[in-house]
Amino acid sequence: MNGSKSMLKLAAAALSKGLQESPLKSGLAEKGNFCRTVFLTRRYSAECSGKETNPTSKKSDSGEIDVEIPVKFDLHLLESGPSQVTTTNKEELMKIYTDMQIIRRAEIAADMLFKSQMIRGFCHLYDGQEAVSVGLERALSYDDNVITAYRDHGIFLGRGGTVFELFSELMGKRTGCALGKGGSMHLYHREHNFWGGWGIVGTTPPLGAGLAFGQKYEKKPNVTAAIYGDGAGNQGQLFEAQNLAALWNLPLILVIENNHFGMGTAEWRSSKKTTHYDRVSYIPGIKTDGMDVFAVGEAFKLCKEHCLSGKGPITLEADTYRYHGHSMSDPGSTYRSRQEIQGMRQERDPIERVRKIILKEELATNEELKDLDKQIRHEVDEASAKAREAEFPGEEELFANIYKADSGLIVTGCDRKHSKVQMS
Amino acid sequence: MVRRRFSFGLVSRLSSPIYGRSPCSGGIWTPCLGQKRSFMTAKDLVESEEPEKKVTNRINMFSAINQALHTVLDSDPKSYVFGEDVGFGGVFRCTTALRDKFGRHRVFNTPLCEQAIVGFGIGLASMGNRAIAEIQFADYIFPALDQIVNEAAKYRYRSGNLFNCGGLTVRAPYGAVGHGGHYHSQSPEAFFCHVPGIKVVIPRSPSQAKGLLLASIRDPNPVVFFEPKWLYRLAVEEVPVDDYTLPLSSAEVMRKGSDITLVGWGAQLAIMEEACDEVSKLGISCELIDLRTLIPWDKELVEDSVNKTGRLLVSHEAPVTGGFGAEIAASITNSCFLRLQAPVSRVCGLDTPFPLVFEPFYMPTKNKELQTLGL
Repeated sequence: MNGSKSMLKLAAAALSKGLQESPLKSGLAEKGNFCRTVFLTRRYSAECSGKETNPTSKKSDSGEIDVEIPVKFDLHLLESGPSQVTTTNKEELMKIYTDMQIIRRAEIAADMLFKSQMIRGFCHLYDGQEAVSVGLERALSYDDNVITAYRDHGIFLGRGGTVFELFSELMGKRTGCALGKGGSMHLYHREHNFWGGWGIVGTTPPLGAGLAFGQKYEKKPNVTAAIYGDGAGNQGQLFEAQNLAALWNLPLILVIENNHFGMGTAEWRSSKKTTHYDRVSYIPGIKTDGMDVFAVGEAFKLCKEHCLSGKGPITLEADTYRYHGHSMSDPGSTYRSRQEIQGMRQERDPIERVRKIILKEELATNEELKDLDKQIRHEVDEASAKAREAEFPGEEELFANIYKADSGLIVTGCDRKHSKVQMS
Repeated sequence: MVRRRFSFGLVSRLSSPIYGRSPCSGGIWTPCLGQKRSFMTAKDLVESEEPEKKVTNRINMFSAINQALHTVLDSDPKSYVFGEDVGFGGVFRCTTALRDKFGRHRVFNTPLCEQAIVGFGIGLASMGNRAIAEIQFADYIFPALDQIVNEAAKYRYRSGNLFNCGGLTVRAPYGAVGHGGHYHSQSPEAFFCHVPGIKVVIPRSPSQAKGLLLASIRDPNPVVFFEPKWLYRLAVEEVPVDDYTLPLSSAEVMRKGSDITLVGWGAQLAIMEEACDEVSKLGISCELIDLRTLIPWDKELVEDSVNKTGRLLVSHEAPVTGGFGAEIAASITNSCFLRLQAPVSRVCGLDTPFPLVFEPFYMPTKNKELQTLGL
C-alpha cells in the first residue's frame, strides 16, 4: 500500500479491517515507498473510531468541563493508569489554547526568519509537538526541573520564556535568554528551572538524574523531567542513567518525545524495539498520546505522584509528531509522505482538538478565536521585530564566562594569542 | 605506476605524484629522497618514481572520498562501511552509491550510538576485516573516545601482538564551516594525538584526501581520519581516477622558501597560502608544509626545513592551549634551538568553546597570520 491514497480512504479501510497489525511485520521500507509511515495515522483512526477528530466533552452546571481522553494509556509495570477523563474549565482551556498557539506561531515565525537569514546556524522547530510542552506545564510547577535536548523552543516558551527572549537568542542578540551566546539549541530559564537546551543526543538523562538527586537530597517535593527523543533511545548513557536513577530511587521522569524519526531515520530502521516506555524491566512506564494535551497532562500528573511517593524513576513516552523536518536544512518529506504529514495535521493536530472543544462547549465563538489568533500573531511579529533591532553581544562577551569570576581573564595582542586567567 | 594487492603485511607505496596547480593542492610534489624515519612503524623507505601523466577528473572532496571508498570496497571483499545515515549517501554525500553497488551487508546504517559504532568496528577489524566507521561529526566522537583510546590504541600492545585492530579506520568531518556553532565545528585532533597506537591523518584537498584515505584504510594500524568539512564542496581539483596511495607519516612541502617555515593541516592551509602570497609581495619567502599525518608526524622534514629557515609558525583551528601545535613547537624548539632566530609562533583558535556568533573572532584568519609574521 502506498501513501498516495487519501487519509479518509485509509481510515475507512482501517476501520473495516479492525486493528492494524504491527508495522514491524511489514518488512523494510522500500526507497520511495512511504507505506510504513502511514501506519502512524491509520492506527489511531482504527483505535479511536473518529473520536480523535471529534473530541467528546461534557459540561456540568458548575462550569467544569469533562474531556474524554480517547487513546488508552499503555502501562508498563503499573497497576493502574491515569483516568481517561480529565476535568477542566473555560479559563484553563483558553490558556492552553493561547499557549499552544503562541508556540505554533513562534515556530512559524522562526521558520521565516531562518529562511531570510536573520537566524543562522541551526533551528529545530517544535510545531506539532506543542501538546507535550503545554501538557507538561499542566502537571509540573516552575519548581520542578525540566531539561531537554535541542528541540527546545516549545519547552522554553512553556516554562515561561517570552517570545522576545526566544527570538533574540535565535538571532544571537544580547537580549536573548543566554545573552545570544547559545542560539537555538541552548535556551535556558533560571528562575523557572529550565536547565536547557543541550546539543548532544542522549545527554539529558544522566544530567536529569543529577538534578533529581539534588532535589531528593534537599527533600524538595519536586521532580525532574529529563526529555529526550526517540533517536537518543539507543545511546549508552541513557541506560547508565536509568540504572542510576532506579538504584538510588531518584524522582526522575524520563520523558521521550517520540516523533518517530531520528533526523531522517524512522524508528523501525534504527531500533529493535520501537517503544521506549517499556524498555527497562525495572522502571515503570506510561505511553500517552502526545498530541492530546489532556492526555499528556494526566500522564505527567501520575508520573509526578509516582516519583514523589518515593517509588523512584518512571518513563513517560509521548507519542507525538513534528510537522517540520529535523532542522531547517531538512524538508521533512524525503522520508515521510506528504499525505502522512497532512493526515497528522487533519486528524491529530493538538491545537485543533482544543479549538473543537472550545467551540463545542461554546466558550468562545469562531470569530473570537480568530481574533485571538490574530492578536497572538501580532504579538509574535512585534517580538520578532523588536528582537531584530536589538544589539549583538559586545566583544567582551567572547571571553566572558569561560570560567567563573573570569574578571581576571586578561587578553593581550590583537590576535588575542596571549591570555591568562587569574584564579582569585 | 605500481599497483599492488593489499593485505595487512604490505605497506603502501607512492604510486604517482599529483600534477596541476589549484588553490588547494599547493603545487608540485617534492620527492623525499633518502629520508630516515626515526619513528614507529616498520615502514620501507619511500621511493620516488618518474612522474607520468595521469588521467584525472575535476571533482570535489566528498567525491574524491567517495571514489576512495568505492576503490576499497571493490578491491577487498572483506571491507565494510558503516555509520549513521551512510546508507543513502551520508549527510555529506561521501558514501553515495556504495550501498547500491556493494549491498546492505557491506554498507549499512547504525543506530545513534557512537561508542558502540567504534567498539563494533574494533571487533570487526580484529577479525581481519577493514572496518571503516563514520562518525557523523567529529564533535560527536567523544562517546567513542574511550573505545579509541583504551581499546583500539592498546590492543596490539597489550596482547603482545596476538591480536590487533589495524583494519579500523574512523572517518569524521571536522572543523569550522562558517555557521556550525558549538557542536558542528570542533577540531578534536589534539585529543587523539596524545595516544600512542593510533594514527591521525588530515587531508588538505581532494587528491590528497583520496590518496591518504586509501593509505589509511590499508595501513595495518587503526587510523582516525579527519576530513575538513568546509572543503567538501569548496575544494575542487584534478584527482587521478585510479587507485593510488600517498605515504602516511610523510609531510609535504607545498611551496619552498627560505625565510620562514609554516606548518599546518586541513582547511587551514588555504588560509596560510593566502598569507604566504601576501608576504611574498614584500619579498619574504615562506616554506609551507602540510603535515598530513599528525601522529606519527614527519619530524625530520620539519626539522630540515627549520634548520634551513630558522623560523617556525604553526597554525590550526583548534584552541591554542594544548593543541597539536604545542607538540610541534616543543619538539622543534628542542631539536633546532640553536638555529632558531625567533620563538616558535602559533596562530590558532582562541581558548574558548567554539562560539556561535563570535566565530569570525575565534578563527585563525589570514590577518592574524600576517600579524604574527610581523606585518
